[in-house]
Amino acid sequence: MIEMLDVWKTYPNGTNALEGINVKIEKGEFVYVVGPSGAGKSTFIKLMYREEKPTKGTILLNGFNISKLKERQIPKVRRSIGVVFQDYKLLPKMNVYENVAFAMEVVEATKKQTKPRVLEMLELVKLKNKLRSYPSELSGGEQQRVSIARALVNSPGTIIADEPTGNLDPETSWEIMRIFEEINLRGTTVVMATHNREIVNTLRKRVIAIEGGRIARDQQRGEYGYEG
Amino acid sequence: MKVRTMGRHLREGSRNITRNGWMSFASMSSVAITLFILGVFLLLALNVNHIANVVERQVEIRVFVKQGVEKVEVDKLAEKLKDFSQVESVTFIPKEEGLENFKKSFGDKAYWFEGLEKENPLSDEFVVKTKDPVETEMVAERIKNLPYVESVNYAKDMIKKLFTITTMIRNVGIGFIVALAFTAMFLIANTIKLTIVARRREIEIMKLVGATNSFIRWPFFIEGLLMGGLGSVVPILLLLLGYRYLIDLVQVDLNLYFLDLLPLNPLAWQLSVLLMGIGAFIGVWGSMMSVRRFLKV
Repeated sequence: MIEMLDVWKTYPNGTNALEGINVKIEKGEFVYVVGPSGAGKSTFIKLMYREEKPTKGTILLNGFNISKLKERQIPKVRRSIGVVFQDYKLLPKMNVYENVAFAMEVVEATKKQTKPRVLEMLELVKLKNKLRSYPSELSGGEQQRVSIARALVNSPGTIIADEPTGNLDPETSWEIMRIFEEINLRGTTVVMATHNREIVNTLRKRVIAIEGGRIARDQQRGEYGYEG
Repeated sequence: MKVRTMGRHLREGSRNITRNGWMSFASMSSVAITLFILGVFLLLALNVNHIANVVERQVEIRVFVKQGVEKVEVDKLAEKLKDFSQVESVTFIPKEEGLENFKKSFGDKAYWFEGLEKENPLSDEFVVKTKDPVETEMVAERIKNLPYVESVNYAKDMIKKLFTITTMIRNVGIGFIVALAFTAMFLIANTIKLTIVARRREIEIMKLVGATNSFIRWPFFIEGLLMGGLGSVVPILLLLLGYRYLIDLVQVDLNLYFLDLLPLNPLAWQLSVLLMGIGAFIGVWGSMMSVRRFLKV
């Protein structure tokens, strides 16, 4: 469960990225976050995995009050969610298997626990045949699938995705979306910022539109609602 | 931290060295080269210091007692000499012994001086050594004014020059070593910093996946330790082999006979431990300093 109560974010250069956000995302929901570039979408997402800290307001995530979090506790919060990025953020010098296993090493899982779990996740994203490949040898879609496997490997209750299909062609984007839908059906909350009109309008889910730092629209089975 | 996590850090740290092949090689080379230069100067400085010590220790004051002084008075004089706080040792050479030595120095021509025992022209003599050779002159001047002292003899001008030179050599040596050590530190730390800056994205990603700072730091710590330690092996081997060769050379060559080099045995260990320690310390230091900058994500 994610809840934001009157959240404001002002960057050091004076930009007001968010102005009084109130939102509640229940467990098991699938939410699109849409809006024009520079409207505060990215900030909204970054607050959830605590890459940014709110200037004012409260953010509750899986029982943590992450607006009052101490530096030391940040890793704990990040482990309770899975994050997928537009630029994949894979470790370039580790192969596919190692990249996914890394997230489990971080939580000090045993080798015995790690191996089957990593293989299971790579099976889910259909990359079991590329275990020993390095990120530079993979296509964009494949890299994104590795990053999804990594986000899922510790069975987080929530997946946060920042434009996961932003760098991918339509067909590959749909492959990725099918994976997100699959994990959502298994009970994982999915929050996804996107610019992809086709996806939002086809795979109907809750849509939160952010404009000028405020929530302009919040509707179940909503539309993308912007041109292009 | 769990034991297997420590194992993971050790594995990861050493694997990072091969993963970043050329960067690691650059770091280790810069460790090796700077430590080698440092080692050469260290050996040089230690030996110069050793030689200076040997030369200085040969400095002594010869005190000649007036002719015909009673034995009791001579003993009293000996006591007085020993009472100087700066004096380390006093050796008495009675004139009979002095004559023996004198005769011995003529070898088989000693018979020339047969009969001199009856009317020994020599004086009783004390050989005085000071604790710190620098105090020789001051002590000698004071001994001169003691009763029954005929004269004192020490190489006055030579000693002054000797001390000016040895002090200068020591100071220059220390200055060189300190300057070199600092240069080495910055050079190595900088190279290591470059290898880590190239990996700032990796560190950022690790943090986003939920790794704690110490989890990220450990492999870097081990990597720095290994690179510094391994980087010091080659210069240590080169220096020790070179030094041993030099010792052999000096012992065989009569022209270099006067060069009294420090023996290999304690020196080899001291040098190895010191250089390896410096290497490891700088490796870890450079590595930690650089990671620290990127941990704030």
